[in-house]
Amino acid sequence: MPTIITIKNLSFNYGQTEILKDISFAVESGDFIGLAGPNGAGKTTLIKVILGLLPITKGEIELFDKQQKNFSDWSKIGYLPQKLATINSLFPATVNEVVALGLLSGKTLPKRITKNDQKKVGAILEELGISDLKKRMLSELSGGQQQKVFLARALVSSPEILIFDEPSTALDPESRESFFKLIKKLNEKKGIAILLITHDTSYIGKYANKFLYVDKELIYFGKFSDFCRSAKMNSYFGKYEQHIICHQHN
Amino acid sequence: MEFINFLQYSFIQKAFFAGAFVAITCSALGLFLVLKKMSLIGDGLSHVSFGAIALALFLGFYPFYMAIPVVMLASLLILKISEKAKVYGDAAIGIVSAIGIAGGVILASVSKGFNVDLFSYLFGNILAISNIEVILSVILSLIVLLIIYFFYWDLFSATFDEEYAKTTGVKTNSINTIITLLTAVTVVLSVKMVGVMLVSALLILPAATALQLSSSFKKAILIGGLTALISVLFGISFSFFLDLPTGATIVMVNALFFALAVFYKKTFT
Repeated sequence: MPTIITIKNLSFNYGQTEILKDISFAVESGDFIGLAGPNGAGKTTLIKVILGLLPITKGEIELFDKQQKNFSDWSKIGYLPQKLATINSLFPATVNEVVALGLLSGKTLPKRITKNDQKKVGAILEELGISDLKKRMLSELSGGQQQKVFLARALVSSPEILIFDEPSTALDPESRESFFKLIKKLNEKKGIAILLITHDTSYIGKYANKFLYVDKELIYFGKFSDFCRSAKMNSYFGKYEQHIICHQHN
Repeated sequence: MEFINFLQYSFIQKAFFAGAFVAITCSALGLFLVLKKMSLIGDGLSHVSFGAIALALFLGFYPFYMAIPVVMLASLLILKISEKAKVYGDAAIGIVSAIGIAGGVILASVSKGFNVDLFSYLFGNILAISNIEVILSVILSLIVLLIIYFFYWDLFSATFDEEYAKTTGVKTNSINTIITLLTAVTVVLSVKMVGVMLVSALLILPAATALQLSSSFKKAILIGGLTALISVLFGISFSFFLDLPTGATIVMVNALFFALAVFYKKTFT
C-alpha cells in the first residue's frame, strides 16, 4: 500500500508546555483510522501540525513522500474542521460558493472558478445528494446539511485522504449514522484514506479498520482487531473499556 | 430646472465622480472588514490620518501625499503590534489610533497656524475637492478595486474560514496585510469626503446593509456597492438643496438605507 502520511518522532510544544511527544505512525492508502484520546490529549493539535497549521517542534512529517515543508499539492488532502458551532451566521455564502473554496489549492493568481470547476462542484453536490441546496445560503441549513456541504468542499478536489476533526459533534444519532456510512462508502469505493478524530470510541470501531490512541504520546496504533486482542491494551484501558471500544468492531 | 443647473456645477460633477469611486471602494472593502470583525480598523486609521494630515500641514506638504504612506505604515504597525506584542487586534487599533490623534493635536498646538485647515478634515467637504484630489481618488480607488478583483477568491476564503483557507494554500497572513493596506489607502481617500470622524461609516454601513439583503457573497458586494453609490449621489444632492453638511448627509442616507434593509428583512423575509 502506498504511504500517504508518515510521521516520525513528532513533538509539538506550545511555549514551555509539551503537547505531543515523540509520535510516529503512517497512514496508508485505503486506511480508515479512528483517532481517539482524552480531552487535551493533543488530537486536534496533531492534525493541525500535519496540515501545516502549527509548526513542528521536533521530528518529521512526510506527505506523499515529500517533506511537509516542500509539499504543495494540498488538493490531495481534504480537511473537514470542527467548525459547525463557529460558522459566522452573518456570512452570506451560498453552498455553491463554499464548496468552490475547496478548489483553490494549486491555482495561481488571479484565482478563478472556471466553468469546469462549477461542473465539479455540481457533480460532488449531486453525488452527496444535496444538489437542491446549491443556491441556498449556508447559514440557513441544518447541522447535518452543513456537514455535508463541508464534506463536499473537502471532496471536490478529489483528495486521496480526508482528515476529519470530530465530524459528528453537531449531528443527531440518525445524521451521524448516515454520515459515517457515507464516508465508509468513500473509503471503500473510491479508496480515499480517512483519518478521523472522534470522542466516540464505542462507535468508531464499527467503521474504522485502524485505531490510533494518543494521550500526548502514542498509546496505540495498529489494526482494530489487534487492539481488541492486545493484552497490553487490556492492562492500559482495563477489560471493560477495551470491550466498549471493540464491541462494534467486526 | 434647478436640478439641471445643479448638475452643471463643476464642483458637483467632481464630487459625484470622485465620491462614486471612493464609496464603491469603501463598500467592497468594508464587506471583508465587517465579516472579519475588523470594522474598527477604519476608525483607528482615520484617526491616524488626522495626525498624518497635521504632520503634512506642519511640514508644508500636500496632505494626501503625506497621509497615504503614513497611514499605510500605521496599518502595518497595527498588524505587528497584535502579532509581536501579543495584544488583541482591537487594542492594537486603539494604541495606534490614540497616537495618531495625540500627534495631530500636539502638532496643531505647536504650529498655531493651520488649525482651520486641519479641523476642516475632521468633517470633510467633498464639494471642495480639487482636480488633483479627484484624479488621485479615482486612480487609487481603481487600484484598490483591481487588487480586490485579483485576490477575490483568496479574500473570500480567508474571510470565510482562515484556518481552512491555509490548508488550500491561501497565504492568509499576506491577505490580512493586503486588506489592512487597502483599508489605509481607502480611509485617506474617504477623509476628504466625510471627514475623519465619519470615515468608518462609509466602510461599515453599506456592508451592513448588504448583509441584510444578500443571498450570496457576490450579491453582497453588488448590493453594498449600489447602496454606497446611491447614498453618495443622494447625500451630495440633499446636502446641496437643504444646505446641510455633505459628509454627514451622505452618512445619514447610508444609515437610512440600513434601517430600511433591517425593516425589510424583519417584515418580509
